[in-house]
Amino acid sequence: MELFKLIGVLFVVIGFILKWDTIATVVAAGIITGLVAMMNGTMTFMEIFETLGSSFISQRTATLFGLTVGIIGICERYGLKDKAVDFIKKLSKLTTGGLLSVWLIIRTLSAAFSLRLGGHVQFIRPIILPMAEGAAYVKFGEIDEKGEDEIKGAAAATENYGNFYGQNCFMGASGTLLIVSTLTAQGYEVDALQIAMASWPIAIVIMVVGIAMNFFVDRRLVARYAKKTPAAN
Amino acid sequence: MIPMLVPAEISAVYNPILAEIFFAIIGLAFVATGVKAFRDTATAKHLTTGIFWVIMGVCFIIGKYIPSWIVGVLIVASAVITAIGGVVQTKNDVPTKEETRANADRIGYKIFIPALMLALVSVVAAWLGLVSGNNAIGVSAIFGAIAVFAITKAPAKSIVTEGSRLLDNMGPVAFLPQLLAALGVLFTACGVGDVISSGVASIIPDGSRFIATAVYCIGMALFTMIMGNGFAAFSVITVGIGIPFLIMQGANPVVVGALGLTAGYCGTLLTPMAANFNIMPAALLETKSKYAIIKAQAPTAVVMLIIHIFLMYFWAF
Repeated sequence: MELFKLIGVLFVVIGFILKWDTIATVVAAGIITGLVAMMNGTMTFMEIFETLGSSFISQRTATLFGLTVGIIGICERYGLKDKAVDFIKKLSKLTTGGLLSVWLIIRTLSAAFSLRLGGHVQFIRPIILPMAEGAAYVKFGEIDEKGEDEIKGAAAATENYGNFYGQNCFMGASGTLLIVSTLTAQGYEVDALQIAMASWPIAIVIMVVGIAMNFFVDRRLVARYAKKTPAAN
Repeated sequence: MIPMLVPAEISAVYNPILAEIFFAIIGLAFVATGVKAFRDTATAKHLTTGIFWVIMGVCFIIGKYIPSWIVGVLIVASAVITAIGGVVQTKNDVPTKEETRANADRIGYKIFIPALMLALVSVVAAWLGLVSGNNAIGVSAIFGAIAVFAITKAPAKSIVTEGSRLLDNMGPVAFLPQLLAALGVLFTACGVGDVISSGVASIIPDGSRFIATAVYCIGMALFTMIMGNGFAAFSVITVGIGIPFLIMQGANPVVVGALGLTAGYCGTLLTPMAANFNIMPAALLETKSKYAIIKAQAPTAVVMLIIHIFLMYFWAF
């Protein structure tokens, strides 16, 4: 009967594997889990909806990017991407991977110092990706959809690397405070400064690993596209 | 005992009223996207699309002030709409290459200023401690809007039409992170975490510190992949595995805690459940495969997880 509680987890896993509608899968998994708890007598029918509703409202911060879409939309219409390509043409010595590596270092260090200098909406889409793609266009001419997807994936990844592994170096980061409060509640006295300092080694590791990965991105782009454009020599 | 999820924002300067104003503005953008859909009678599913966006707008604007079960029922209703494929893109005025090129030549590099302001104003406002990190995004949006109108001389309504165009591009997936967080709370409240951690705990042999370290780090990553939420995984797996099998065996709690959460983030890099990091940005960047970001991150995630296990084992004990 204990294992029966996992039916919601199983539902999510199956739903994502079979590519069911993601929103409906997640909501249904929550309702199913709630129904199991209702049968066990730990939750009432109304509490299922109350928990779903109140947590949806308290997590609206996850959708704060909604404030910026209008501004970015206007910037795009008025030539943001075109000028990014113009700009990268002047910096043609930097490769796609080299540019992403420079950005990864900036992003990781800014997260570590609590400078929120990043975001897929604020930086990757309007600035970093157009520059990374621009570098590839200048060097190779045309890039097919497979190559574009690889550059987009690598660009979005630098944001996640720097954000995830850099942020805990800051004492006031919510992740740092989560670690402190969890351990303190269990009787282990740790403070935010200790956790922040202990987070530095992994922040340095991600910069090294990320730069290596970006080096391989460059290698693959050269292998795939360099031959087609003899002028690039 | 199951620790509850931490609040979305822990900060001394957090101003909840300012946050509500920003959420109401976002809600209005969703309502505008819905109204655009209602007017687009040429699109077959314009009615269900419009209803979906208006429901979301209502939840954002007044959700905090109405009984939460009503919000829950509205979420279920919108899930039914997405399940039947009822949310589609409606008509957008997409800029042509010629239009953006001509605008670019007229305005030049100044077009970067509003985009940079979004980032820099939020940095400065949060760094100076004027507002909390989340509200700083809203403050930077105000400055960004002023700058973009001053520079482009765009008509005032374009902030609505351009915003709706981007939201329309993203579609319902824009709300996945929030829904996953809600799912995590339901899982925790229903005791799902207890079942998983007790099951995992039974496979660790007595006294093997290295296996315990590996199980803790991999467990963090796997549970984060399932939940899409490293925070929820950290509380459950640390209490279930980290403390009894590592810290009580002599491991340094500071090292176990610090590396434990980032070990979970290796799972975040691998999972579509972390929609706000892996799926929503893929939609934003208009990748061909919606898993393009996860594919790029997979080798890094595996390398990082292995490094976590060895670093924790040699450093904590």
